[in-house]
Amino acid sequence: MWFSCGLTVLIMLFVIGYVIIRGFSQIDLDFFLTPPRGGLSGEGGISSTIIATVYLVITTLVFATPLGVSAGIFLVEYADNIKSRFVQKLVVFARFGVETLAGVPSIIFGLFGYALFVTSLHFGFSILSAALAGTCLVIPVIIRTTEEALKAVPNSYREASLAMGAGKWETIWKVVLPSAITGISTGIVLSAGRIVSETAIFYVTLGGSYRTPTSIMSSGRTMALHVYYLAMETRAFDKALATAAVLVLLIVLLNLVINAVSSWLSA
Amino acid sequence: MTKEGVMKTIDYSLYYGDFKALNGITVDIPINRITAIIGPSGCGKSSLIRSFNRMNDLISNSRTEGTILVDGEDIYSQDVVRLRKKVGMVFQRPNPFPKSIFANVAYGPRIHGIRDKSKLAVIVENSIRDAALWDEVKDDLGKSAFSLSGGQQQRLCIARALAVEPEVILMDEPASALDPVATLKIEELMEKLKIKYTIVIVTHNMQQAARVSDFTAFLLTDSERAGNLIEFGPTTEMFTNPVDTRTEDYISGRFG
Ligand SMILES: Nc1ncnc2c1ncn2[C@@H]1O[C@H](COP(=O)(O)OP(=O)(O)OP(=O)(O)O)[C@@H](O)[C@H]1O
Ligand SMILES: [Mg+2]
Repeated sequence: MWFSCGLTVLIMLFVIGYVIIRGFSQIDLDFFLTPPRGGLSGEGGISSTIIATVYLVITTLVFATPLGVSAGIFLVEYADNIKSRFVQKLVVFARFGVETLAGVPSIIFGLFGYALFVTSLHFGFSILSAALAGTCLVIPVIIRTTEEALKAVPNSYREASLAMGAGKWETIWKVVLPSAITGISTGIVLSAGRIVSETAIFYVTLGGSYRTPTSIMSSGRTMALHVYYLAMETRAFDKALATAAVLVLLIVLLNLVINAVSSWLSA
Repeated sequence: MTKEGVMKTIDYSLYYGDFKALNGITVDIPINRITAIIGPSGCGKSSLIRSFNRMNDLISNSRTEGTILVDGEDIYSQDVVRLRKKVGMVFQRPNPFPKSIFANVAYGPRIHGIRDKSKLAVIVENSIRDAALWDEVKDDLGKSAFSLSGGQQQRLCIARALAVEPEVILMDEPASALDPVATLKIEELMEKLKIKYTIVIVTHNMQQAARVSDFTAFLLTDSERAGNLIEFGPTTEMFTNPVDTRTEDYISGRFG
């Protein structure tokens, strides 16, 4: 056990170390400030892919957060009190759906997004199509973390609030959600990490243009996609490693944010 | 010397699904007095006390028969928000919100529409004073309620209930999670509170019932496990001279 644990850590350190050490030798300020250029030769920096990544993360979260959080609230706070048989069946089905969706490979959401948003709805390869597909991908994560966070709020808080004459929604808004905010934000940051690191789903919905996206209808290329393009379609493997190094740092940063948020909010 | 009650139940029964938990309870809760509800575990004490502010409504399969009057009006024809403002509740385990001491006490007034900062400050101070907690927390109102001891937390919960100016305070075993010193403080506090409020307390502790209450209601389950009111009367009389032999058995058994 000790051995396998040690081995895992060693492998992890090796991968991250390799990427960062090899990658960082390529990186200077220009790398962040210039867009990629030169097609197959893979020259230039990654500025436009950083912008596309941020743009996509924000757009996706704008869609996914309100939807996922309210679905989680409904499932925990309301679903069991509704007596209608039909609604009860629907809720069972929804719970099953969330469980299943959480395990579906991301490319399936990509294909679905391609069929629905890119072609049928004519959104084309765009931030919008990618964000909608990304929403399908991360919504199970947000729903589940919201559910867990709400279930962890002691019932005695709800009772105390209701016993003072507060309404149901008032109680959720003023007592339950503030107590659950740590867990809920963890789910949101986790989702951001998911969008930053996925490739397949965005390959078929975002397209791959390395120009800086100017609107929600622009095509684009996230950093993770850029790594893929550089590695597979150009001769610039070192640039791929450099981009990967930035990506790894970003993911590490997001994880630090999750930890900071949890310890700050639960303090 | 019994004044007309603010609260009474008339042939009140409570069901959880098919299970009848309370059977035909008729009791008149005297105003500005402390009424203790006693009886063995599972006899329906909590069910009864939670009936007065309609907390059993939250249990989806619960159903009632008969009537409960608060201020002469059927509780089911009153707005539940207004009812719960009039009939406050303190729970078995201290359950302050994970907020500051101030925000805990200001919570009730705020949900009932008081926004004015200086008004809130006055209400918070008065409520905490009335709950005999002011001297201990006056410099720490911004601190988390969780920084208080269990006994202080329970008095904070009492202050929180007082802040909406109720007429009645329901307490379901309010001291059972506390040590003897903290329990004594709560009991002394109740003695003061009854000047302004009508208090109903559920307790497992016979000595506590004897010490603090003016009236006692004794509940016992019948052969169907439904809770029945066996005897109700002034506490001193009931503890020295119970009418029903079952009351006598229970009280003497408990005093052992
Ligand atoms: N939500 C519920 N659903 C079904 N039955 C319940 C529910 N709450 C209580 N009961 C049942 O009703 C009866 C009375 O319970 P209650 O909690 O009122 O008793 P109690 O006198 O307060 O007991 P204790 O002294 O243990 O607190 C018990 O048989 C209990 O199992
Ligand atoms: Mg009880």
